[in-house]
Amino acid sequence: MKTPATLDELAPGRAARIVGLRGHSPFKKRLLEMGLVRGELIHKVKLAPLADPAEYILKDYHLSLRREEARDVLVEPVAAGAGAMEQRA
Amino acid sequence: MREDRRRGWRWRDGAARWGWSRRGAGGRQAARGVEAAAARAGEAKAPVVTVALAGNPNSGKTTIFNAITGAHQHVGNYGGVTVEVKEGDLRRGDTVIKIVDLPGTYSLTPYSPEERVARDYLLENPPDVVIDIIDGSNLERSLYLTCQLKELGLPLVVALNMADEMKKKGIRVDVDLLSRQLGAPVVPTVGTRGKGIRKLLETAGEIALGQSVGPESPPVRYGAEVEAALQPLTALASAGARETLPGRAGRPVPARWLAVALLENEAEALPWLAEHPAREAAGRQARQARQCLQSLFGEAPETLLAEQRYGYVHGICRAAVQRPAQRRIELTDRLDQVLTHRALGLPIFAALMYATFYLVFRLGAAPVGWLEAALRFVGERVNLLWPAGRVDLLRSLLVDGVLAGVGNVVVFLPNIMLLFAAITLLEDTGYMARAAFLMDRVMKWVGLHGKSFIPMLTGFGCTVPAILATRVLESRRARLTTMLVLPLMSCGARLPIYTLLIPAFFRPEHQAAVMYGIYLLGIGLAVVLARLLRSTLFRGEAAPFVMELPPYRLPTGRAVALHVWQRSWLYLRKAGTIILGFSVLMWALTTFPRLPEERRRGLGGAERAAAQVEYSLAGRAGRALAPVVRPLGFDWRIATALVGAIPAKELFVSQLAIVYAVSEASAANGRSAEATVGPTAGIAAVGKGVQQQDGPSGGLRQQLRASYSPLVGLGVLVFCLVATPCVATVAVMRKESGAWGWAILQFLVLTALAWILALVVHQVGSVLRLGVF
Repeated sequence: MKTPATLDELAPGRAARIVGLRGHSPFKKRLLEMGLVRGELIHKVKLAPLADPAEYILKDYHLSLRREEARDVLVEPVAAGAGAMEQRA
Repeated sequence: MREDRRRGWRWRDGAARWGWSRRGAGGRQAARGVEAAAARAGEAKAPVVTVALAGNPNSGKTTIFNAITGAHQHVGNYGGVTVEVKEGDLRRGDTVIKIVDLPGTYSLTPYSPEERVARDYLLENPPDVVIDIIDGSNLERSLYLTCQLKELGLPLVVALNMADEMKKKGIRVDVDLLSRQLGAPVVPTVGTRGKGIRKLLETAGEIALGQSVGPESPPVRYGAEVEAALQPLTALASAGARETLPGRAGRPVPARWLAVALLENEAEALPWLAEHPAREAAGRQARQARQCLQSLFGEAPETLLAEQRYGYVHGICRAAVQRPAQRRIELTDRLDQVLTHRALGLPIFAALMYATFYLVFRLGAAPVGWLEAALRFVGERVNLLWPAGRVDLLRSLLVDGVLAGVGNVVVFLPNIMLLFAAITLLEDTGYMARAAFLMDRVMKWVGLHGKSFIPMLTGFGCTVPAILATRVLESRRARLTTMLVLPLMSCGARLPIYTLLIPAFFRPEHQAAVMYGIYLLGIGLAVVLARLLRSTLFRGEAAPFVMELPPYRLPTGRAVALHVWQRSWLYLRKAGTIILGFSVLMWALTTFPRLPEERRRGLGGAERAAAQVEYSLAGRAGRALAPVVRPLGFDWRIATALVGAIPAKELFVSQLAIVYAVSEASAANGRSAEATVGPTAGIAAVGKGVQQQDGPSGGLRQQLRASYSPLVGLGVLVFCLVATPCVATVAVMRKESGAWGWAILQFLVLTALAWILALVVHQVGSVLRLGVF
C-alpha cells in the first residue's frame, strides 16, 4: 500500500480510492454526504480552464471541487485505466 | 400516530371515484383507516391532504411537480426555479390535495438557506406523505437522502425518476426488491413525459390515507457501537422532544431521527428538544457519546454515520440494481469535452452570453414596437375622444399617469419573456452549473463562489429573483456580499433608460459600444465592490466549492413555457400594482399644487406644462435637490426624474418625459396644454433598439440633446446604472437579509457610489473637454 496522497495531487484522467477525509471543517460532512466516503473510487476528469476547480466523477455523477477541498481528501491511487471505468462490485 | 390524522374520511369518497380505494395492498391499515375515518365522519369540512416532494437537486423534482399540478400552482414569491416552498392544488372528489415542492437537498443536514427550508418544512409541518424523488441514473447518492427521510418517520413513497435515462445507461432495477428493502413503495416515473405520474399519485394517496403502507423494513443500523450510543439518546429524545411545534400538534419529532441528529451535531438538533432540562441532558449525553465514539474509532461520529448510510445504500443497490460492467461514455461527457474544454470553455461561454443578450434585444425589438404602437394608439384615442375641457384632471390621470406609467412597463414584456426564457434554458439544460465551474476561479479572486455567478446572470433579468436565487449559497457572508452587489448587474428595467438616452447623445456607430460598456461597467463594479466587501466587512468564512455538475438534459418546452409564463405574470402583476400605484402618485406629485391661473396666462401649451411641473411638488423637490446633483452636471429636471425612478427604474423615462412635457398629441391635434403633458409619446420609441435615431420619441431626445451635453448624458447613464435599487429590491433585500440595515446600507452605498462615479465622469470629462458643448 502506497502512502496516502491527496486528491488535488491526482493527475487528470487518473483514478483513486478514497481512504479518508482530513480536517474538521463543517464541510467535511457535506463531502461525506456527497459520497466521498472511505473505499469509494473517484476519477479526476479535468481541470477548469483557469486550473481550478477540477471535475471528478464518483458514484454516478460529476462533481466539482476546488483545490482546497480536494486537499482534504486522502486517496490511494489505483492503476490507470481503472477508475470510473472499473467494473463495479 | 396514524390515528392522529385529522382528515381522510372524505378522501375515500373522492378516492372511490378516482379509483384510489384499492385496499388489497394493506388490509390491516385499510381497516385502521376505516376506523379512523368513521371516528371522524362529519368532523372535517374540506379535507386537505398534503403531499411533499423531496429529493436531490437535479433529480427532476420540479418536472414532476409540474407534471402533477400543471398550471394549478402558485409561486409564493418572485423566485428562481425553486427557492421557496412552491405549492400546487389538485382536487380529487371532495378532497383538496396540496402538493408542496421542497427545494432540492442532498441531505437533511442543511448548509444553505434553501436546504434549511426543506428540512424545517418536513419537521415543522409534517405532510401526510412524502414523495422522495430519486434519480435512477444516480441511485446511490439519491438514496442517501432516502435513508434520512426514512428516519423522519413520515409515510414515504419513492419515485424512481429518469427511468428512461436508466434504461439508456443499461441500469436495471428490481423495483419490488428495492421497495421491500427501503420499506416504501417504489414507482418508476419519467417526469419529462408524465409517465408513471398517475400511479405515483395513486400510491401516495393510499399511503397518505393509511389504506396501505409500504412493506416492513428494518431501520438503517449503524453498527453495534453507534447503536449503543444512540440508545440513551433515543430515550432522552423521546422524553424531551418538543410537542408544541405549530404544525405537529401532538406529534413529537421522531426520537430516532432526533437521536441520530444529536449524535451528528448536537447544536443543530437541540432546538427540537423542549427547553430545560431535557435539552441540557441531551446535550451533555450527546457530547459524551461523540467523544466516546471519537476515541473508539478515531473518526468523528458524523463520518461513521455517513459511511454506514452509504454502506446500507450500497447493500441495497447491490441486491436490487444491475448495472453494466463498464460505465459508458455519455452525451454529457462528450458535450463537456467541448463546453468545459480548457482552451475553448471560456470563449464559448463568452460567445453564449453575447448571443443570449443579442437575441433577447433583437428578437424583442419587433413585438416591443407593436406594443408601443398599440399604447400610443390608445393614448391618442383617449386624448382625441375625451370631451374637451371636461374633467380634464381625470383624463390627465388616465393618460399621463396610468397609461404612461403602466403602459411603459408592459411594453417591455417581450424583452423580459425572452430574457427569462434564456435564463431558464441555461438553467434547465445544466449549462448554468458549467458556467459556475468555468468562472469559479475568477469568483474566487473576488472572494466568492462559482455558484454566486448564477444569481448574477439572473440579475440581468431582474434583481429580485436574483436575490432570492442567492439562497443556494452556503456561506452567509458570501451570500450577503452577492446580494449587495447584485443591483449592479444591469436589470431589464434599466434598458428603457439606456435606449432613450444612448441614441439621444451618441452617434449611431458608437451606440452599441456605449450600451455594452454600461453593462460591462456594472459587472466590473460588482467585482471590485464584492472583493472590497469580502476583504473588509465580510472577511473570512471561505465558501468551499462543492458543486454537482448535473447531466445535460433537454428541457421540455412545457417547463420553459411554464416558467416564462410565471415570470411574465409576476411582471404584469408588478405593473398592475407597484407601478400603477407609484405612477398615480408621481402623476399627482407633478400635477399638484396646480399652477395659479394668473401664471398660466400667456404661456403656450408646452411652456405651460413645463411651468406646471416646475410648480408642482415633484418640481420643488427636484429644485431642492438640484444643488446636490449640480456638481454632476445634472439640473433640477434630471433630479426630479431620478427621484421619480426610485419606485421602479423604468419610471425615470416617464418622469423625464413628464418634466419635459413632450407630447406628440400636442403636435397632432393642437389641443390645450394640460391635454398634452403626456410622457406616452416620449416613451413610445424607447426600446426600439439603439439603432433608432429619431422616432416618435425624437421630440424628447431632441429636447435632451438641446439641453445637455453628451457628457451629462453619460453621467446620467452611469448614475442610473449604479444608483438606488428599486423599492422591490429594497423590500426583498430586507426580507432575505433579515434586517433593514442591509437594505438601507445597500441603498445608501450604491446611491453614494453613483454620485461619486457621475461626479468623476463629469469633472474628468469637463477638464479634458470631452463631449461638452
